[in-house]
Amino acid sequence: MNIIVCIKQVPDTADIKIDPVAKRLLREGIKSMINPFDMYAIEEGLRLKEKLGGKVTALTMGPPQAESALREAVSLGCDEAILISDGAFTGSDTLATSYALSCAIKKIKDYDMIFCGKQSLDGDTAHVGPGIAGHLNIPQIVNVRKIQDIKEGRVTAHRMTEYGYDVLEAELPCLLTVVKDINVPRLPSLKGKMKAKSTAITVWKAADIQAEENRIGAKGSATEVWKVTTSPARPQGKIFEGEGAVDQLVLTLKGLMK
Amino acid sequence: MIDYLLNDQQIMIRDLCRQITDEKIRPAAAEYDKNEKFPWDIVKVIAQADLFGVYIEEKYGGMGGGVFELCLATEEFSKGCAGIALCYSATALGAYPLILYGSDEQKQKYLPAIARGERLAAFGLTEPAAGSDASALQTTAEKQGDHYILNGVKHFITNGGDAEIYTIIAMTDKEKGARGASLFLVEKGTPGFSFGKKEEKMGIRASSTRELIFNDCKIPKENLLGREGMGFIAAMKTFDKSRPGIGAQALGIAQGALDEALKYAKQRKQFEKSITSFQGIQWMLADMATEVEAARALVYASAREVDAGKKDIGSHSAMAKMYASDVAMKVAVDAVQIFGGYGYMREYPAEKYMRDAKITQIYEGTNQIQRNIIAAGLIRDSVR
Repeated sequence: MNIIVCIKQVPDTADIKIDPVAKRLLREGIKSMINPFDMYAIEEGLRLKEKLGGKVTALTMGPPQAESALREAVSLGCDEAILISDGAFTGSDTLATSYALSCAIKKIKDYDMIFCGKQSLDGDTAHVGPGIAGHLNIPQIVNVRKIQDIKEGRVTAHRMTEYGYDVLEAELPCLLTVVKDINVPRLPSLKGKMKAKSTAITVWKAADIQAEENRIGAKGSATEVWKVTTSPARPQGKIFEGEGAVDQLVLTLKGLMK
Repeated sequence: MIDYLLNDQQIMIRDLCRQITDEKIRPAAAEYDKNEKFPWDIVKVIAQADLFGVYIEEKYGGMGGGVFELCLATEEFSKGCAGIALCYSATALGAYPLILYGSDEQKQKYLPAIARGERLAAFGLTEPAAGSDASALQTTAEKQGDHYILNGVKHFITNGGDAEIYTIIAMTDKEKGARGASLFLVEKGTPGFSFGKKEEKMGIRASSTRELIFNDCKIPKENLLGREGMGFIAAMKTFDKSRPGIGAQALGIAQGALDEALKYAKQRKQFEKSITSFQGIQWMLADMATEVEAARALVYASAREVDAGKKDIGSHSAMAKMYASDVAMKVAVDAVQIFGGYGYMREYPAEKYMRDAKITQIYEGTNQIQRNIIAAGLIRDSVR
């Protein structure tokens, strides 16, 4: 079972700043981490490898410093790590990003399953996973909370929904995006951390993955960010206590409705 | 914190232990403390992270470090919970006589499983009548053909019942006194080897403390560590090298208590001001931080001296153990004081550090015994 896990390096949640002009997340001088949902994707990939054999390749697109996210993936147990990085990718939206990743995956060629987190913490679009499957023209199951079975070239998985879950079956190779209910990600090991330090990270440029020039970067993007705002902090709620709390609450609500 | 110029592997060990402490140990510490439950799920996490082998040679499946690496790990774990940390460091104490006196065959047989964290170890010296006077041992090991027959009771044994590999001191020749003691490896499950009651403790409650009972326990003669008669001296040499580990545990408690006190003081307001604006609190924090840093300097220096293979290190490691544990007690008491009334409540973390700190002044040689060792070293050196 050859598994590819697509990950994204995102800014640490505790420390988010937005560039007011470019309307993008400021990344300079901010601590970064692997997108939390992608940690579940890595874990699921590693568990499958431990059960069925094969290897796990971590793949990301990003600036050169995204290499540290790949090293972290190796420290957890991923066998190989590939970074696609090129100035030509700058300004990619989710369409261009998923196209570029799909080009890299075509170059990797030999794979049975692709795992992604259900969405990224910073963009929050949940586009890229399904986008990759679309570009590759392979089946996809999103929001997977459990892999029930893999046999005879097919996977059966539980897709989480608002009211419960659906059980879906898909042919391999296929792409799964996972939710946090699927597992508890492991911590790195000391041997893994030492391996991560010395592992060579493969870096591919746009030309290496034969990405068409007008389908990547700002040029290849179908959307453009117009405005990014921070939502105002929610004001503190009011608590009614003791006798007559209900009456007071009703009175207050009535006052608000006027 | 002073920069101790750690190498890459040491930084990795420290950071990984810190991550385990923050994500796994700290959130669970109060629960284990309350229920006196052995933290097997955290033992598993530490094992998966390859940390049980940091001080074990690579050819026996370890990471090739020494006492210093063990201290870095113990310090980090102890910041979150000294009881959980002890499951880890007491295994090292149990493994140390094997590392120091075991044959290659014995090491091949036992160390890899210890390095993988699959089997915990324990050290059995203390008996009801042999505490500070470790030479007053009553447990006997009688040679019969290809076997030794063990009889007697060990008590207050850390990891007792949960560990699978025990290094035990027993008298092979009572006539010879201290020179008649020998060291043995005894595996859990050996017929005639059972466990007595589990002690209920003031602190380090996640760690288990039990009696070991030997009743005509028959072990093969291959389980003798080193030679007959060298058990007592081997135990003392083991302690000379293991004491920085207790120092590191105490250091972690002290640092953890200081961190909590500082965090609390910053957010606590009285007289419409943060209490960190009061000089009374500031000076307490300054003293605590200085003492913690001094303890760290002593523990690290002593651990590095042990790893460098220096001789006559006993009084230095005694200083590290004694000083760091006295600091831990004082800093933990001060942390409770800074927390005020909240410090006395179980709901807040301060009082646990205080309960946990006390044992570090007592076990692996009381601090009074440490002072004896230091004084004996001083006097001996002065007449040379």
